[in-house]
Amino acid sequence: MKNLSIRTIVAIGIGAAVFLILAKFVAIPTGIPNTTVQTAYAFLALMAVVFGPIAGALIGFIGHTLNDALSYGSVWWSWVFVSLFVGLFVGLLGKRINVENGEFGTKQIISFNLVQAVVQAIGWFVLAPLLDILIYAEPANKVFVQGLFAGISNIITVGIIGTILLVAYAKTRTKSNSLTKE
Amino acid sequence: MAQELLSYIERKSPVHSLSGATKLIIFILYSTAAMLTYDTRVLLALLVISIVIFVMSKIRIREIGFILVFILAFLLLNNIAIYIFSPQEGVKIYGSSHVLFELAGRYNITWEQLFYQFNITLKYFVVIPAALLFVVTTHPSEFAASLNKIGVNYKIAYSVSLALRYIPDIQRDFKTIAKAQQARGIDISKNQKLWKRIKNISSIILPLIFSTLDRIEVISNAMELRRFGKKKKRTWYKEKPFRKADYIVLISGLFILVVSLLITFYDGSRFYNPF
Repeated sequence: MKNLSIRTIVAIGIGAAVFLILAKFVAIPTGIPNTTVQTAYAFLALMAVVFGPIAGALIGFIGHTLNDALSYGSVWWSWVFVSLFVGLFVGLLGKRINVENGEFGTKQIISFNLVQAVVQAIGWFVLAPLLDILIYAEPANKVFVQGLFAGISNIITVGIIGTILLVAYAKTRTKSNSLTKE
Repeated sequence: MAQELLSYIERKSPVHSLSGATKLIIFILYSTAAMLTYDTRVLLALLVISIVIFVMSKIRIREIGFILVFILAFLLLNNIAIYIFSPQEGVKIYGSSHVLFELAGRYNITWEQLFYQFNITLKYFVVIPAALLFVVTTHPSEFAASLNKIGVNYKIAYSVSLALRYIPDIQRDFKTIAKAQQARGIDISKNQKLWKRIKNISSIILPLIFSTLDRIEVISNAMELRRFGKKKKRTWYKEKPFRKADYIVLISGLFILVVSLLITFYDGSRFYNPF
């Protein structure tokens, strides 16, 4: 924590603000109750890959907490924790995808999507319902169904929009060894 | 897009004049108590305290009405969902079944289920005023100072303060971009098919996110030039020192937490069983 770079600190702050705006204004209802296409998680995945696990975890945590507090007046801690978890592990496992070098081809797309799908599956299918039961003593089958819907829609959203974002981001970076001698 | 966000409301009241750190600690203690307990007596007592503090803060219901509508709608949906998925949860918890009337199959109405759902709803009513009050009575800049005061690294506290500072800016950027793209004929309303809508949304969030990444560079350069983070500590312009009232409030908060936990777990269960 001590040696966070200034860039990471700013990325956490601004990232959390963008996460909140996306979670609040850019959620598309899919027609299934309580399930929306959450573009915020695609953005979270991008930030986690670009700025690393600590930034990912804190953007998820701060962004989600502020959004809950400012738009509902109460914080749903069990799901906030899942946002932290997703940001942290996508960042940790996504470190090998060296998007800063401007490379994001088929190989990277596949490994990014594997990582995000596995991390989100654990988060939404297992962690969120377990914490709901532990903290809020809600009925088990209700929270597992909720987690299942949220997880599937988030995995698909991050798969599509997250990939688009990373490809676009990679294009803005200069490729290493991109100069050729003539 | 008529949704609004809660924000600080300036007022002269005992709640406003407390230090932000006190309110943060109390908020955490209070939420912990409300989260752990399912004891109806404790919840009712906490609710009374919440309402008293709310009245003392001189915040009018009208000022936060738009949020309350959301919360009530959410609570209603949540209660319906709980009933649909688990109509016998209360019977399972309280170990008896007093049927009020039968509906169909396992869907009957029991006193136990009603009591269980009443408790769940009560839990929210206890936490909501505390959380709302914390948000509307603490100035965002003071919030960062309070986080730092309770032991959060000041760099992280500064991130939170940056987030609060930039939410309105990014919201404005988002609206500008959305309107510009809509003027070009990109439709993000319900009339579009889901797939097309996702594609159109991307054309709004891409510029938003890339302008954000630029903004991160600009801000971090500015902070670097001002030698942010070179020292172990920093001071805060908005920090309020602890006064006598803060200590009194903190001690009573701790007292309430301990007492409510004692009452809750006295008989070895989180639930109060009147049956």
